[in-house]
Amino acid sequence: MTDDKPTTGGVPVPVTPAGATSGAPAEFPPAAPAGRGMFGNQGTGDTSGFGGLVRRHHTVEDSPRPYGGYFDEVRDALEEAYPAFGEAIEKVVVDRGELTLHIRPERIAEVCQVMRDDPALRFELCSSVSGVDYLGADARRLHVVYQLTSMTYRRQVRLEAAVSVEEPHLPSVTSVYPTADWQERETYDMFGVIFDGHPALTRILMPDDWEGHPQRKDYPLGGVPVEYKGAEIPPPDKRRSYQ
Amino acid sequence: MTGSNYATERETTEGRVFTVTGGDWDDVVSGVDPINEGRIVVNMGPQHPSTHGVLRLILELEGETVREVRSVVGYLHTGIEKNLEFRNWVQGSTFVTRMDYLSPLFNETGYALAVEKLLGIEEQITERATTIRVLMMELNRISSHLVWLATTAMELGAINMMLYGFREREYILEIFELITGLRMNHAYVRPGGVAQDVPDEAIVKIRDFLKLMPKRLKEYEDLLSGQPIWLERTQNVAVLDVTGCLALGVTGPVLRSAGLAWDLRKTMPYCGYETYEFDVPTHTDGDVWGRYLVRNAEIRESLKIIEQAVDRLKPGPVMVDDKKIAWPAQLAIGVDGMGNSLEHVAKIMGQSMESLIHHFKLVTEGFRVPPGQVYVGIESPRGELGVHAVSDGGTRPYRVHYREPSFVNLQALPAMAEGGLIADVIAGGASLDPVMGGCDR
Repeated sequence: MTDDKPTTGGVPVPVTPAGATSGAPAEFPPAAPAGRGMFGNQGTGDTSGFGGLVRRHHTVEDSPRPYGGYFDEVRDALEEAYPAFGEAIEKVVVDRGELTLHIRPERIAEVCQVMRDDPALRFELCSSVSGVDYLGADARRLHVVYQLTSMTYRRQVRLEAAVSVEEPHLPSVTSVYPTADWQERETYDMFGVIFDGHPALTRILMPDDWEGHPQRKDYPLGGVPVEYKGAEIPPPDKRRSYQ
Repeated sequence: MTGSNYATERETTEGRVFTVTGGDWDDVVSGVDPINEGRIVVNMGPQHPSTHGVLRLILELEGETVREVRSVVGYLHTGIEKNLEFRNWVQGSTFVTRMDYLSPLFNETGYALAVEKLLGIEEQITERATTIRVLMMELNRISSHLVWLATTAMELGAINMMLYGFREREYILEIFELITGLRMNHAYVRPGGVAQDVPDEAIVKIRDFLKLMPKRLKEYEDLLSGQPIWLERTQNVAVLDVTGCLALGVTGPVLRSAGLAWDLRKTMPYCGYETYEFDVPTHTDGDVWGRYLVRNAEIRESLKIIEQAVDRLKPGPVMVDDKKIAWPAQLAIGVDGMGNSLEHVAKIMGQSMESLIHHFKLVTEGFRVPPGQVYVGIESPRGELGVHAVSDGGTRPYRVHYREPSFVNLQALPAMAEGGLIADVIAGGASLDPVMGGCDR
């Protein structure tokens, strides 16, 4: 899939939906004129709800200041405590009342260290580490997402670091947050992101000898031969002839 | 060691391997050369009655002392997060309810809150729907804690407690069945509200439960709290202090048993928890005993919340007004669970073509969710249950990740068990209350 939208980034910009465009657009502005066919369908005529399983991308952009709430304080405190702020932070996005800092992957452990230790930040708890695969949006399509919680100030912030499939390396944060151990293993297992410095980066949910990383978007759902009387289940997007 | 029916032995490249199926531990140990094989590695699980499901523990032992513990998870991985990406947003409820099977309503509520935040309709959720969610979650918290108490007591040798715990849990499951149509896997809390209003007979049953439960809780405490074996097995066992909990990301009753009153219902309220009057029980010992006391106290607090929630239930809609989001049918509970009401089917099939089209589009294709990502954390019986949901603007989730407290908390087992006795591995592991369905997803 290709996307010729600029990848600079923010508050998500709606992009023309591909596939079935005639759904019930609750919030979503119908991007294409719905005129053809009885229900304005101009795609495949697929009424299955799968929309041909075509994925669309949106880009995120830097949010303008002031962000509101405690977000300005968090940013200022980090800028003050972390001298390399300018080159480490790629974007600051505020959306739906949540603050996301996009970090250069090689800097993630340093930033986490500052986030945890600085008295004005004090993000003591790393709630969650996981991944998202934005296939087709950018060369650096694998995003690792860290949810940090400050119990002192009762704040939450999300850090996001993007790496490419060819060079899926970033430093492990296990030395800062030991709780990231299994969560980084899961992210490795599911997305193939390699956390350098992790004490034992092995698969955790899938079997040790599994090939591929199942949560990547180019990995099909199903498609693994089921050992039952020679039957084989095709992946859902191949199962019925909607396209 | 020869002639034992219980522990066969064979030589491998890694050394001698015994397969133990029961019988006398002395038989096994006598087969080990005490000078050259000071440490033996014991593989506990994944099929073991005391590991709370398919958890596998690899224990390195010196005599009865545990030197190293390594947990192996993933035996119950069912790819729910991947599956979600191929179904529409409403169908997601049906998947997530199956993750942590002891607290399905928390999985559903966390998911619904995340989708609603993505849609930006948090303000439109009706008061009745929110109150019902709180009511259901607190009932679920009690049923989950009861299973914890029942199974843990059983693992530590108190079989009676197991029977009593499951008896009261069954009562709650009957309430759930009355309200949602199903004992488990409800898919009851949906994005936009709940699937079905609470029937009056359920309220009667809940009020009966509120009268019954304090007495039963007293019975459990009479049975266990002063009992020497229970005290021996729980006090000063599997200690983890606040620092250890925070470093390892442990939340929920385990963290509160170490003394930190961190409860998302109080500290980062959702679903209007700030308007309910309840306390956050804590303890300072940070051992299995403390966790037992904290969970028992939490059952009492949940009863208080349920009482308040039942009192403030006022008639009203349980789904958002927006017909582009709300499920078009008025659902009804049939003999085989929940389905479309007959009146609704009669209307769309017999009278209104437009209703039929609307129903068809919304059910098959679903609603679109504006692009973006959100993280919602709620306090499940096991700790912080976080839902990270990403939308690309389509009718299906782009990515949903569950920060499962069972998964995260299990990392603390080596810290609790290493250096202790092998029997305390069971107590320590049980005190974390891991549910493998949630852990492995």
